[in-house]
Amino acid sequence: MSSARAGTSRAPLTRRFAAWLHPRRRLQLTLLLTSPLLWIGLAYLGSLGILLLNAFWHTDAFSGKVIPEFSLDAFGEVVTNPVYRTIALRTLGMAVAVTVTDVLLGFPIAYYMARVASRRTRRILLIAVLLPLWASYLVKIYSWRVIFQGNGLLDWLLEPFGISGPGLNEITNSWVVLSYLWLPYMILPIFAGLERIPESLLEASSDLGGRAGGTFRRIVLPLALPAIAAGSIFTFSLTLGDYITPTMVSGTKFIGNVIYDNSSLGSLPLAAAYSFVPIVIMVVYLFIARRMGAFESL
Amino acid sequence: MTESRWVRIGLRVMTFVALAFIYLPLLILAIYAFNDSRSQVWPPPGFSLRWFGEAMSNGRVVDAFITSVLAGLGATLLALVLGTLAALGVARHRFFGREAVSFMLVLPIALPGVLTGIALAATFKTLGVDFGLPTIIVGHATFCVVIAYNNVVARLRRLPRSTEEASADLGADTWQTFRRVLLPGMRTALLSGGLLAFALSFDEVIVTNFTAGPGTETIPLWIFSAIQRPREVPVVNVVALALIILSVVPVYVAEKLSGAESAVVR
Repeated sequence: MSSARAGTSRAPLTRRFAAWLHPRRRLQLTLLLTSPLLWIGLAYLGSLGILLLNAFWHTDAFSGKVIPEFSLDAFGEVVTNPVYRTIALRTLGMAVAVTVTDVLLGFPIAYYMARVASRRTRRILLIAVLLPLWASYLVKIYSWRVIFQGNGLLDWLLEPFGISGPGLNEITNSWVVLSYLWLPYMILPIFAGLERIPESLLEASSDLGGRAGGTFRRIVLPLALPAIAAGSIFTFSLTLGDYITPTMVSGTKFIGNVIYDNSSLGSLPLAAAYSFVPIVIMVVYLFIARRMGAFESL
Repeated sequence: MTESRWVRIGLRVMTFVALAFIYLPLLILAIYAFNDSRSQVWPPPGFSLRWFGEAMSNGRVVDAFITSVLAGLGATLLALVLGTLAALGVARHRFFGREAVSFMLVLPIALPGVLTGIALAATFKTLGVDFGLPTIIVGHATFCVVIAYNNVVARLRRLPRSTEEASADLGADTWQTFRRVLLPGMRTALLSGGLLAFALSFDEVIVTNFTAGPGTETIPLWIFSAIQRPREVPVVNVVALALIILSVVPVYVAEKLSGAESAVVR
């Protein structure tokens, strides 16, 4: 057996090193974690930290250069300028609308998959829901652009009624497309949550005289709530950060657009200060979702 | 609970509505790929295969495709190595701040991609790094590491430790145990994690937009710029159809790997 020779002088250097390393657990841990932590710490957190630090600096009014001195100008601008407030509220409203839409669209199909469909149908439906998750994000937005645009499918469908389609300038376009994009992220956790509800609980409810509606309202819904909250983390956070969708289908400005525009052309401190808006909203949201038990359902 | 007949019918209808909502736009796009005309009117005036030929001979599309594949491979490789190291550390050791490691690794997908993009671009610029394929790979690896990490850590939690202990008891050193016991146990997790990481990288547009620089283009970046040029739109349709069809591959592989349930890990 070759392993018996490990650690002897005839074994190759790597093997001798491995044998020497074997009892040294702390050193093993250090070797394992050094590179991933350096990576995430330097490449990601470091860059992000410097970006967010920009929020406390200010731009010179004449040269447009960022001056690294402490200042709350950027935050002041974000809070007082009504344009930024409107955009933040618009994005927040959109995140709520998309989340509600996806719960309403996703719950029935998740319920059908988890509790009504046969094993075979469930498998097929599960694949059918998963498949679009792998299809290109940009392609999915583009497919709606093709449907919305002038002389497109929607125009053609609405023509007999004497109405024209939405074109590419309506905020409702963004609502449809964002709901479309994140729907699978809502269906999958709800499906998993509903599947976990033990059959015996529902039988007990009906044995005790509970009607279907009452059982649903008092047993199924409360037990499904953590799963819905888990799904809503995705629909909510993904909507808050998206700027490609509004750019491509409705021409409206969202939080992401303001950050994007200011990072390339305008003021980096302003972009950084505005970045705190989605971060703060998400922290608050995650806190609420955690209290609803969403983290156990992820 | 047995649902009444009407509830079942209602659920079927709603399931059908949701599926139609999911697949109708993709179907429409597939039809447009065969559209003979340059203009995107509905219904398409005629059908032809000519844009497929144009897409294949379009140098920018081919280059962008190669860049996307290389970026995906690079980011996946980096993510698998770093993610596995971190997963081994977290799953097989106890130490102060273990939770913090998982939390730090999840951040790149929890926070908006715009932030990652701007932050990385600013850092690259400050350090004087030339933008191109390597910077794209670094950008993608930030969020791909989590995917690899999640897959491997979940697998390690399920793998019985007794086999590793047995291996050590029989005289194997750390490396031998890793090679002959841990690695075979993690293989499918590495494969599915790698697949998902590759797919995410291949699809990424926001971070790439910031880290690619002017001379380099991935397929999503090409699509994003080409849809604004009416002349290129028919080729975009063909590329889009190709991407939709390609998305079947990872789902098929994941399905083969360990049944439909494991694909839900995403």
